Amino acid sequence: MNKVKSSSFLYLILNFLFLFPLVAQAESTKVSISGSSTLAPLAAEIAKRLENSASSLRIDVQTGGSSKGITDVIKGLSDVGMSSRALFPEEEALVKSHTVALDGVAFVVNSKNPIKELSRAQLADIYSGKISNWKEVGGQDLEITVIDRAKGRSEKELVKDYLGIKSTDYKPDIVAGENQQCVKLVEGNSGALVYLSIGTTEFEQKRSSKIRALPLSGTAATAENVKNGTFPIIRPLVLVTKKKLSPSSKEFVQFAVSSQVKDLVEGMAFVAPQ
Amino acid sequence: MSASLKDSFAKTLLGFASSLSVLVIFFIFYFLLKESSLALSQIGGSRFFSDSTWAPELNLAEGQFGLLEMIVATVAVATLALFIAAPIGWFTAVYIHFFCKGAFRIFLHRVTEIVAGLPSVVLGLWGLVVLVPVLLNLRAPGLSVLAGAIVLAIMIIPTIVVSTVSAYQNLNSELTLTSKGLGIGKARFILEIATPLASRGISTGFVLALARAMGETMVVVMVCGNVVQMPESMLDPVRTLTGNIALEMGYAYGSHQSALFLSGFLLLLSVLTVFIAGRLFLKTQEEQFR
Repeated sequence: MNKVKSSSFLYLILNFLFLFPLVAQAESTKVSISGSSTLAPLAAEIAKRLENSASSLRIDVQTGGSSKGITDVIKGLSDVGMSSRALFPEEEALVKSHTVALDGVAFVVNSKNPIKELSRAQLADIYSGKISNWKEVGGQDLEITVIDRAKGRSEKELVKDYLGIKSTDYKPDIVAGENQQCVKLVEGNSGALVYLSIGTTEFEQKRSSKIRALPLSGTAATAENVKNGTFPIIRPLVLVTKKKLSPSSKEFVQFAVSSQVKDLVEGMAFVAPQ
Repeated sequence: MSASLKDSFAKTLLGFASSLSVLVIFFIFYFLLKESSLALSQIGGSRFFSDSTWAPELNLAEGQFGLLEMIVATVAVATLALFIAAPIGWFTAVYIHFFCKGAFRIFLHRVTEIVAGLPSVVLGLWGLVVLVPVLLNLRAPGLSVLAGAIVLAIMIIPTIVVSTVSAYQNLNSELTLTSKGLGIGKARFILEIATPLASRGISTGFVLALARAMGETMVVVMVCGNVVQMPESMLDPVRTLTGNIALEMGYAYGSHQSALFLSGFLLLLSVLTVFIAGRLFLKTQEEQFR
């Protein structure tokens, strides 16, 4: 009996010894980045360039959404957060933001869809389920497959503000998560309507001609119109850090907002802030 | 090293490994309960079943925290997947075990293992790009209970095949000879002797497959449509508990996040219920058989 007890006690100790390293802190020359999936590909490119230069940093980029990026920094789970929205005032009190690029959100349809433009009121009616066929907005006789984005995504927040309908009034056919899933859905369904960041949209349009961004209020959904501020739905893409930066995160952030990465920012169809 | 020392070393190592997995399960239970306690105390357990829909980002009073639609969706998608996969998996296993010989049998076994090892994201992508456009011809949006069930069925067929084949393999080999000697036909032998005797192993496979289908996340997020609603037809898009956690966990905080942990806890409970119900069902079956 006694023997059994002592051996199970031994197992318990062994278990903790085994689990302990998993929760121990990572080394300091590593910079962990998490957050917006819109900003992640750019951050990864910037990180690659910095790692290939003289820097000794090892940079790890993970996605999960803007709010997660900010929360991770507040909780100390990551060194740098990525957010594709401006910070809320209560977040501003806790962390510091550094604008890397600007982006707009565009409504995107399948290229086979002949629709020219949708007004803000029409879009609101489509997303609240009052309009369900493209012919009601001057298109072909085809059911609209309304694709909404998951709650908490920055695109969702921006579009919610733009359309001005209550979150319980949304009547989507599909709720999609990642950008790539939206692109695949629109490519495979000629009646689909989704909203995507203009950066992602232009990047995808270069690869595939099956999707098309609609103009808003007569303004084409292009990086150019985001830069000159005429496009109606614009957002900043920011890196988020603690108020007091560690030397390694400082090195990364300073590099990311410098002109050394302007070509990378524009390569992703985002707009450099300066 | 003496033999007894070796033995005690091996025993310690094995005991360590198995106690680790047991401990991890307890930790997960404790962790989920702890994280969902905020939601339980602030929102109250009953609202998760009485609220009409899921709109947790509003404030506590206005917010809707109904999980019932997602529980129904989880069960519907997984059960339909099992209904599709069970006959196919069973037929395949019978074919492999009773009708195949030599190289072809090994080939089929290997193919099954490869399908079992396919990453769910690959299957999900296949569903999104190939299966959904086909279902779109039936009714928009194509992402639906059925789409999820078909992809999940493909995922769980290997589980059923492997466990059914091994259930047949565990039967006493004299059975076959005796039956042949008695002049019992192959079909009758399979249906009336081998299958009832192997039923324990076969249904264990079904239960494992169902549990896997209920817990699968990537596939359902990609092909089920993720709209929170009570499914009225197989072609309706739905959101499962796992899909809900995957879609919103990254962005949730406060009571919303806690509510997601609670849905994870409910999912774990549902899977446990399936296991226990499966066990009880087996027990009554076996008693009848005796």
